[in-house]
Amino acid sequence: MNIQVAERSIAPMTGHSAGEPVTRNEEAHHELSIRVRDLNLWYGDTQALKGIDIDLYKKNITALIGPSGCGKSTFLRCLNRMNDLIPGVRIQGLVEMDGRDVNEVKMDEVALRRRVGMVFQKPNPFPKSIYDNIAYAPRMHDLVSRKADVDELVERALRDAGLWEEVKDKLHQPGTSLSGGQQQRLCIARAIAVQPDVILMDEPTSALDPISTATIEDLMDKLKQQFTIVTVTHNMQQAARVADYTAFFHLGELIEYNDTQTMFSNPHTKKAEDYITGRYG
Amino acid sequence: MQTNQILALFCGTLLVLGLIAFFLGRAKAAKVRASGTAMYAQPDQYAWFSVLSTAGPAIAVGAVGAFVMLLLGAEIPTLYLLAASLVVGCAGLVMGINLVRPDFHARKAIERVIRFFLAGAALISIFTTFGILLSIVGEALRFFQMQNFWDFITGTTWNPGASFLEAAGRAEEGASAAQFGSVPLFAGTFMITLIAMLVAIPVGLLSAIYMAEYAPRRVRTLAKPVLEVLAGIPTVVYGFFAAITVAPIIVDVSGVFGLDASFNNALAPGIVMGIMIIPFISSLSDDVINSVPDSMRQGSLALGMTQGETIRDVVVPAALPGIISASLLAVSRALGETMIVVMAAGMRPNLTANPLEDMTTVTVRIVAALAGDQEFASAETLSAFALGLVLFIVTLSLNLVSVIMIRRFREKYRINNL
Amino acid sequence: MSQSFDEISAQLRRRHRKSARLKWVSMGALGLAALFLVLFFADMLVKGVPAFQQAQIQVEVDYSEQASQLPLAAVKEDVRPLVSRGYLRLIPGRMEDNPDLLGTTRMEWVLADGQVDQYLKGHHTKLSGSEQAVVDTLVDQGRAELRFNTTFFTSGDSKMPELAGIAAAAMGTVMTLLVTLAVSFPIGVMTAVYLEEFAPDNRVTQLIEININNLAAIPSILFGLLGLAIFINFFGVPRSSPVVGGLTLALMTLPVIIIATRTALRSVPDSIRHAAFGVGCSRWQVVRDHVLPLALPGIMTGSIIGLAQAMGETAPLIIVGMVAFIPDVGASFTEAATVLPAQIFTWAGEPDRAFIEKTSGGILVLLAVLITLNATAVVLRKKFERRW
Repeated sequence: MNIQVAERSIAPMTGHSAGEPVTRNEEAHHELSIRVRDLNLWYGDTQALKGIDIDLYKKNITALIGPSGCGKSTFLRCLNRMNDLIPGVRIQGLVEMDGRDVNEVKMDEVALRRRVGMVFQKPNPFPKSIYDNIAYAPRMHDLVSRKADVDELVERALRDAGLWEEVKDKLHQPGTSLSGGQQQRLCIARAIAVQPDVILMDEPTSALDPISTATIEDLMDKLKQQFTIVTVTHNMQQAARVADYTAFFHLGELIEYNDTQTMFSNPHTKKAEDYITGRYG
Repeated sequence: MQTNQILALFCGTLLVLGLIAFFLGRAKAAKVRASGTAMYAQPDQYAWFSVLSTAGPAIAVGAVGAFVMLLLGAEIPTLYLLAASLVVGCAGLVMGINLVRPDFHARKAIERVIRFFLAGAALISIFTTFGILLSIVGEALRFFQMQNFWDFITGTTWNPGASFLEAAGRAEEGASAAQFGSVPLFAGTFMITLIAMLVAIPVGLLSAIYMAEYAPRRVRTLAKPVLEVLAGIPTVVYGFFAAITVAPIIVDVSGVFGLDASFNNALAPGIVMGIMIIPFISSLSDDVINSVPDSMRQGSLALGMTQGETIRDVVVPAALPGIISASLLAVSRALGETMIVVMAAGMRPNLTANPLEDMTTVTVRIVAALAGDQEFASAETLSAFALGLVLFIVTLSLNLVSVIMIRRFREKYRINNL
Repeated sequence: MSQSFDEISAQLRRRHRKSARLKWVSMGALGLAALFLVLFFADMLVKGVPAFQQAQIQVEVDYSEQASQLPLAAVKEDVRPLVSRGYLRLIPGRMEDNPDLLGTTRMEWVLADGQVDQYLKGHHTKLSGSEQAVVDTLVDQGRAELRFNTTFFTSGDSKMPELAGIAAAAMGTVMTLLVTLAVSFPIGVMTAVYLEEFAPDNRVTQLIEININNLAAIPSILFGLLGLAIFINFFGVPRSSPVVGGLTLALMTLPVIIIATRTALRSVPDSIRHAAFGVGCSRWQVVRDHVLPLALPGIMTGSIIGLAQAMGETAPLIIVGMVAFIPDVGASFTEAATVLPAQIFTWAGEPDRAFIEKTSGGILVLLAVLITLNATAVVLRKKFERRW
């Protein structure tokens, strides 16, 4: 069961797990949200994640960057066990949230996903009205039941997602009638409506135009007041713009994990530097 | 001379002419080519072109002549027709050989003919539809000349027994006038279709959900063909099964509850028809559910929904147009199903809501009117076409709606996949 | 502050139960469908397998002068009602063919009456008590037993169940399907080739496509009405004949073959076409030499499936009169004939209980052939399936 120790020696290299926080914005909280230790994942015989050690902090944005196929999306999906849906996946190691290992047998993955929401690469609104897209999950979770409460919750979620003004007159039109950027914000509104602790974003802007992308980036910046956000991005500028921390993945390993400023101005590893300066990617 | 002999003579002569055309054409083309002239096509292609130009006109003349005789009843002496078509064939031969020239595109000419034939074949399906429409509409109109259309649509008594006498000009002697009120037939058809759908839609849809969402791959690859077997069993076999096995069981079971069931009850054909239709619904629904994008499921699961809720509230609603489309096709199928009801349902038109009673359907009456010896002018025989017309219109509409819905479904997901 | 995992899990318990219920119910539905299938086949086997056996009894046949006039006299009075009348009827003829028989008396195994057969199989029988006693004695002496029923496979229809067979119907099916195949295969393939490879994308083409899909879903009985009104009444094709039945079925099979062929043609990648165009082939040459050969397995599979469908079709054939009573096996395209499903239909309507067994036997044969055909289609597809 032992994993090659040598491979993970560089992982938390700035020593966050050792306790000394990196300070970028002094007032930020550095309360631990998710602790990952020695996480390994196999698709069949192929190892896709190798000994990942990382600490994710509450009410911060952590960006995961790296070339295609480096395992950053796979890692993201470990955090709310979306990988369970893929046949032939085997996971070892610790992903700890709220003092519990999310992979333990007793852990209910549905409960986990309720606390760790997700926004996908392509907007995927349900085949329902805009209103029901948002109201559906909170109703099912019994967060609200009275009509007035539901209305209020829908409005708040849409306001938080910055979509309210655009859709308030057409709440009962299908969610698919919106533009791509609006659909993605609808999906974000849908995710925050269930009040999760963590929101995972898997390249949330890669299918959008630049203006929608900018809107969503602003939105992320606002949302971190309430939520822990972990986002995968292909776009290094985006990571530099929005993230508090940046983790660089390469070939299934976490090469460097640092506060964003350090990562982009003075990376500690050669590989990260090469990637950031565009030598490969 | 006999028609057969004439036909044989015609074919034989044509074959000889064709062979002559082939070899003459090829020889001429080969000679031209041997002289060093570049030609547009191969010698064989010229040869085939010559054959076409010989046989084509001859066959066309023959066919047109035969058709005119059949259609207009005009008497053209067959020998003259034979001679005429063979003369045309010879003329074609001469012209074909004449056209074997370097600047003539023999291949293109052949391909134009081939293309013409292919398009002609494609038109046959159109002719079939028109054939069905024409034959049914024509006879149905004759029926409505004899019987009031309104009585047919709204009447509640179907008693064609006396129409035979009427056709024989002895209407007065019959005890009662023939009545063609089709409501009981449609009511019976509707009842049996309803029973079939009550069996087929839940079982078919749930099976599809299981196969698409839950089943391990091996179960799925096994279950699909097994269900298809249900669709492959001939309807006459289902009819026998319904009449001999299922109907007595239903009578026995009803007896236990103190209910009196007829051996020709509507439940037996309804249930068996439902079983037959299961694969229609399950197979199409399975495809549709499978084509619901996975991102929908993930979106729901990521909100903390259980798998069951995801299926019920997200996957099935997304697949709904396809499922409805499948169900409409199934309804259309059930309405037109014949053998099961002919063998297991009753012959007696009976306007009732009790599925344990015997009742009859549109298709049963069509078969009853047309099987056996028929007097084609009788209203009973023609009533089959009137019923067929209604059946045609209803099933056609259902099919069209179903096609439109499935097309919507496809377009929707193409758009949504961005 | 949000809820802890345990709180959420507690709330979820009911929802998980509900979710599991859907899984079990849907699994049950599939199981139910499979159960129907099993019950159906079991029922048919139990009812139909006995049809492949028929009772024979050993009796003394007296080829006397009297018997050549009055065949009943050939067997003794006590066993007379036990012997098939169909067999007795043949005696004078046999005596004519073979004059040596005259005056001899032989112990022969002869076909028993249908009622004896039913009695030996333990079914309800119309035999009287004394007749049953005679049969019991014969059984004890080893002179009555169930043997393989060759008659069932070699003779045509009969009003006497012990003489009824499927051969005439099988022959009728073969003839009818030959007509069907000869008409629908070329036209179907040509239509598909035109639509896939040649047709411009215009209104007419779209109309043809919609029309073909609709044709596939039109109730089969309406094709029967077409056959009756157009083929029989208008063109004067002989009623009840394999030609009219085959033509009617051909129109029904057409859409199946067209759709299958189009799918097969579409699965040939465009790169093949482009390559052939690239070396200077004309469109027709591309289709004939490159596309059609590659699509052939798919076309064959579709045609076999279409043929299997046509083979089980009954309703339109009843309308065009192919439910005739055909006692002799004949092979004419223009004379009255019947087909297997129609034979099943006719037998199913016979009041004599012995015919239930014959019907089920016929069904087993029909199903066996259909399953073989479909299995062939599947094997063909598997064998030639190519992933591009």
